[in-house]
Amino acid sequence: MNLPSDLMYARTHEWARVEGDVVVVGITHYAQDQLGEVVYVELPEVGTGADASEELGTLESVKAVSEFNAPVAGEVVEVNERLEDEPNLVNEDPYGDGWLVKISGSVDDENLLDAAGYRAMIEEESA
Amino acid sequence: MHPWIGAGDDDRRRILSEIGLGSTDDLFSAIPPAVCVDRVPLANGLDEQAVRLELVAMALANLSPDCRPSFLGAGVYRHVQPSVIDAVLSRAEFFTSYTPYQPEIAQGTLQAIYEFQTLICQLTGMEVANASLYDGATALIEAVLFAHRVRRGKAQRVVLAETVHPMYRRVVRTYADPAGLEVLMVPAGGDGRVDPTTLRAAAGDESACCIAVQSPNFLGIVEDLPAVANVAHAAGALAVQVVAEAASFGLLAGGGAFGFDVVCGEAQSFGIPSGFGGPHLGFFACRNKDVRQMPGRLVGETVDSRGDRAYCLTLSTREQHIRRAKATSNICTNQGLMALAATVWLETVGGHGLRDLAAACLARSEDLKRRIEAAAGPWRLAFPTSPTFNELLITGPGEGAELARRLADLGVLAGVPSRTWGGSWPDGLLVAVTERTTTSEVEALMDGLGRVS
Repeated sequence: MNLPSDLMYARTHEWARVEGDVVVVGITHYAQDQLGEVVYVELPEVGTGADASEELGTLESVKAVSEFNAPVAGEVVEVNERLEDEPNLVNEDPYGDGWLVKISGSVDDENLLDAAGYRAMIEEESA
Repeated sequence: MHPWIGAGDDDRRRILSEIGLGSTDDLFSAIPPAVCVDRVPLANGLDEQAVRLELVAMALANLSPDCRPSFLGAGVYRHVQPSVIDAVLSRAEFFTSYTPYQPEIAQGTLQAIYEFQTLICQLTGMEVANASLYDGATALIEAVLFAHRVRRGKAQRVVLAETVHPMYRRVVRTYADPAGLEVLMVPAGGDGRVDPTTLRAAAGDESACCIAVQSPNFLGIVEDLPAVANVAHAAGALAVQVVAEAASFGLLAGGGAFGFDVVCGEAQSFGIPSGFGGPHLGFFACRNKDVRQMPGRLVGETVDSRGDRAYCLTLSTREQHIRRAKATSNICTNQGLMALAATVWLETVGGHGLRDLAAACLARSEDLKRRIEAAAGPWRLAFPTSPTFNELLITGPGEGAELARRLADLGVLAGVPSRTWGGSWPDGLLVAVTERTTTSEVEALMDGLGRVS
């Protein structure tokens, strides 16, 4: 399972990466694998404010729809507009071109897991 | 208790005591006594033939639109009813599997629904239509909730023209209040239409999720759809058209032509008889870009494993069985048989036929308007210069309900009193004319109006 060690992970399967003064957010390799082929991504509007763990948008796959949450509190400053036409980037490159939103805020370590912690959580979930 | 032999007296007593009721009648205590038939006055111990004769004798006391001149409308219209519709509807392949629970097995049902969606798109001028809803009123509230979702829940205000059918408005309120939506009603101006400027003011800026108008409206008058679409969009709201008389699509362009975001309504006019208020048929059409917020089922065309054309349910992920509480609607079934009736009706009548039918409605209605004005009696057109399709409001020296009663005594079902469900418009009679209205019916109405004056 691909879980880069430089990311922080939410229990609801989002990842967060600090880039300067923004936090880039996406869903994990594990999450996209569970969802299956993503066919539509509903993103929030730029300027949306969110608390940590608040719903930001939805991911629709051929077999399910699920929400994704903000792993950190802050304001959405950018959304990945490429997903409008290429939602499958979430599957192909979940930690790169498949990112979802950028949030101005900082990572609160207490609520997030590191790669090892997240790995332990999903191994327990799927056990 | 035996699974299929009915309950006996002892069983009934036990069931009633279990649920804490004294009698079977207590089960129906919620029904207002005024609309409750206490007992059908039939003697005990009659044989089947005798009962039938008594019931027929009772039924003959009804004033049925099928055997009296009738101008009843106000949301339910009398149109041609080719017998092919019932013949197709009663086929077991459709009748017993009316809602697709195992959808892809029933390719015929899916094809019929796909054709229904296609026809609704063509009539409304919209891009995508669902597999139907219950009726015009629920279609309208689904449009309101849809607009609220499209606006991402940020606009809580709903601007509704008062000229939307009062029963539709009541259903909107039933849903809107618990959903936390604020419904603002805009009354008609002196010409029986809503003024776009007033709608615009009521909508505010980015505060309303939609502006909804009915056209032709409850008073029979065609609203200024291009202007309504413009003010809705200027206010950051979706423009919603609801239609109660779908036969009007034969002559009047649907809201799709004017940039409306939703065109929805009641399709009873397409082959569904006017019996006891139902079943009816709701339709709902929107733009492709908003399809994921659309309520209800959607059938798409695809190819099967052999590359042949096939039909399947599409975008089911919006629906209740997948999205649970977050589904776009809690209505997860479609009005399958009625949608089939409408499809067969439209395909029997045809495109040119629908235009001819609508033209006949208009011509007969205009003829009646001329006769009413020429007669120069006390009952006159309430809005003589406003454009109508096939329904008109007449007002005079009394209440519409009283006029309806007096004309019914003369054997003419002259229309629906305009204040039946309230409304700030003049009290009069809504008179509906269709292609089935005959010259002798019009003469009976004119004669009746002359005699009550």
